[in-house]
Amino acid sequence: MAAAAPIGLPVHARRQLEPEPQCAHCDLPVPVTQVEPLSERQFCCDGCRSVYAILHDAGLQDYYAQRERTALETKSPQPSQRKFEELDEPSFRESRCQPCANGVLTTSFFIEGVHCSACVWLLERLPRVAPAVVEARYDLTRSALQVSWDPTKARLSEVARVLDSLGYTPHPSHQASSITEQRKGDRALLLRLGIAGAAAGNVMLMALALYSGQFSGMAAEYSALFRWASLAIATPAVFWAGSAFFRGGLAALRTRTPHMDLPVSLGLLAGYLGGAVNTVRGQGEIYFDSLCTLTFLLLVGRYLQRTHQRRSTKANDLIQALSPATACVIDGESRREVPANSVAVGSIVAVDAGVRVAVDGVITAGSSAVDTSLLTGESFPEEVAVGDRVHAGTTNLAGPLRVRVESAGRETRLGRLLQSVENTQRERAPVVRLADRVAGYFVVAVVAVAAFTLLVWWQLDAGHAIDHTVALLVVTCPCALGMATPLAVSAALRAAAQNGILFKGGEFIEELARPGVIVFDKTGTLTEGRLALVSWCGDESLKDFARAAEANSGHPIARAFQRSGESSLSCSSRTEYPGGIRAQVAGKDVLVGSRAFITDQLGSVPAFALRPLQAQAKAGRTPVLIAVDGEVRAIAGFADSVRADAAASLKRLIELGFEVEVLSGDDQRVVDSVVRQLGVPFASACGGATPEAKHAVISERRANGQRVFMVGDGVNDAAAMAAANVGIAVHGGAEACLAAADVFTTRPGLDAVALAALGARRTMRVIRTGITLSLAYNLVGIGLAVSGHLDPLWAAILMPLSSITVVGAALRARTFTAQQRS
Amino acid sequence: MSILFLILPVTLLLSAGAVAAFAWATRSGQFDDLETPAIRLLHEDATSPSPGLTPREKDTR
Repeated sequence: MAAAAPIGLPVHARRQLEPEPQCAHCDLPVPVTQVEPLSERQFCCDGCRSVYAILHDAGLQDYYAQRERTALETKSPQPSQRKFEELDEPSFRESRCQPCANGVLTTSFFIEGVHCSACVWLLERLPRVAPAVVEARYDLTRSALQVSWDPTKARLSEVARVLDSLGYTPHPSHQASSITEQRKGDRALLLRLGIAGAAAGNVMLMALALYSGQFSGMAAEYSALFRWASLAIATPAVFWAGSAFFRGGLAALRTRTPHMDLPVSLGLLAGYLGGAVNTVRGQGEIYFDSLCTLTFLLLVGRYLQRTHQRRSTKANDLIQALSPATACVIDGESRREVPANSVAVGSIVAVDAGVRVAVDGVITAGSSAVDTSLLTGESFPEEVAVGDRVHAGTTNLAGPLRVRVESAGRETRLGRLLQSVENTQRERAPVVRLADRVAGYFVVAVVAVAAFTLLVWWQLDAGHAIDHTVALLVVTCPCALGMATPLAVSAALRAAAQNGILFKGGEFIEELARPGVIVFDKTGTLTEGRLALVSWCGDESLKDFARAAEANSGHPIARAFQRSGESSLSCSSRTEYPGGIRAQVAGKDVLVGSRAFITDQLGSVPAFALRPLQAQAKAGRTPVLIAVDGEVRAIAGFADSVRADAAASLKRLIELGFEVEVLSGDDQRVVDSVVRQLGVPFASACGGATPEAKHAVISERRANGQRVFMVGDGVNDAAAMAAANVGIAVHGGAEACLAAADVFTTRPGLDAVALAALGARRTMRVIRTGITLSLAYNLVGIGLAVSGHLDPLWAAILMPLSSITVVGAALRARTFTAQQRS
Repeated sequence: MSILFLILPVTLLLSAGAVAAFAWATRSGQFDDLETPAIRLLHEDATSPSPGLTPREKDTR
């Protein structure tokens, strides 16, 4: 990996240090097996090769020059290879696209993996790569790409596939239409912030005059002028710009939940009323400078937090994204396309090979293999025949099927699953944040101390009792307390995003900071989520025959063969059967398939193959036999390989005090094998769990008062993730999973999960420091106010001082930076 | 010193002007994205202008 190269050196300097050939796209060393001696340019993988070709064809070679300038590493692209067909549905166009002039449509994609200016440059030159695109604008703050395209020239799915092939996987459902709303909200808050800031500046200037007047004397008419002007400016600042605090305070009172806004509005209101009365009276203190500054600083905190937060989406739009919108209904001899959710129960539907099933039903004709990984997490396709049940959201891999419909749309298993994701999300109690909990006690304490001050001073000096009490309420108005969390959280969210971790809200940082049980899905989370050729028993040269035979198939085994290398042989004819393939390669008859398939074709499996077959099954691998001209010659073993950084990341989580568990939909033997390979002390490792069972397990745990975190990548984990304290979706997860998750990682591997937990804990430490500091300042203020020594000048000095301390502590902290490995 | 009675309102009027300008800028989206334009500025390649919409078209949208 390039991480071993000295960090900080520009790319060209690093190139000189390494003698081996480097990938022309991503600068990584090219593996020996991929080196092509005759070629001028070398590539480390097919992804890099295709991106390089795309860029050159479109005349965008400048990308490499742009990148040199930024001296950042390019990662080799990892296209998701999805088809994005859901983007072509009319319902998507209706809800997510806005029409522009000349029939051009505009939509927004959330794009992960954009890290440098060269990426922005490339994304905005999308019209050159995909001519149907009229304009592409990237917004770094929101990670959103706004695309305007001509629907008469190309489908949106084609544009999405181009983006995907460049390594920028587009996600339509993340922010979708909400991006306009989000902008509107951002602007409204910014306007309030600006007005509060302007008011604070002006009032402070006048306060400066008034304070100096206290020392050197000032004619009453001028002091009255300044006081009235301050009142006039402070009124809109406190009540319009700061209206959110009063609304929040009222809501806190109504729902009886502690909230930061309560002590804030108490202080604001007391200070304003006291100041207004004193202005009219023409004597006593006014606090308008402090109040305006307070409003301004608190709004700054809010604004920062808001801009770094990702919005979550509702799951209800997702069913159509996961199952095709139409089904092909057979009516006598004719076939017609019918919207999937209005297919009548009992009708017959045709499902061709390579197509996703749109309904739940029973097979009435045909046999095939079905990829159920989306729904159940099983890594190996399921063989199905007449009488078997298939579900919406699964993919038919091999032969055409006829299915009698049992349920469609929301009634399918997939539909019900996503429904439960939505319900769980809606019912989830909001997290009470640390600062709010502190504020709950704080407001009680402040009211008590205020009552005490009023009573005592009433006895001593009734004329000043109210003044002192108001001074107390103003000085205890928790400005620093209110800023401590938003600042620390927004700095942390930003750092986390730079390190490939996106939190949908600051509260999930607080949740993740406390230890609990982390439940991992297996397929696609602990493992790569796709089969790889891991063992080969037989002559190496036979690999070429097998690869040629499997070259064009979509079966997971065939894909694994394709990934293992390219074949120099060509294949003249090929027939796919359930469980295997028969092909003519270089004049030889080649059979590749399961034991059952080979037995079926050849009559028997030779005795020498039995031992290796058993060994493979015991190791949790899927064995595949290769026969040439009617003779079994090789045995290949396939397994979903464990992620390279899984073991280290899990160990780090255990060090942090988490318990780790596995909850998988896959076979128990496969789970056991993965656990063995990882060598990490799991608290439990459970296989064979359906999505419904996963949800039940997590909900039950939470009902028992345990803190549970769920890490997953598939639709089968979505319901469990929504039920957990925090759901974490790993890179490459399904759309439904990203919608259900509270946190998701944008770089491959589990490393980011461990970093998220570590960073969350560091962030909490920063928040706690901030809260402690601000409470200490308040204590000083309370002491001064109760003893009657506090004048507005002290209040005006103490408040910004405490805020600056907290801001400094929050911004200086290192939270989500990658851990140094010693 | 009674000039203050004139100067203070004038000052406040000026500030109000600045606030109004800020409000206009915010409402028209000047502060929507503070990161990308800084990068975009460095990109405009003189040799081949981007085939996107012209600025005039963009404004009228």
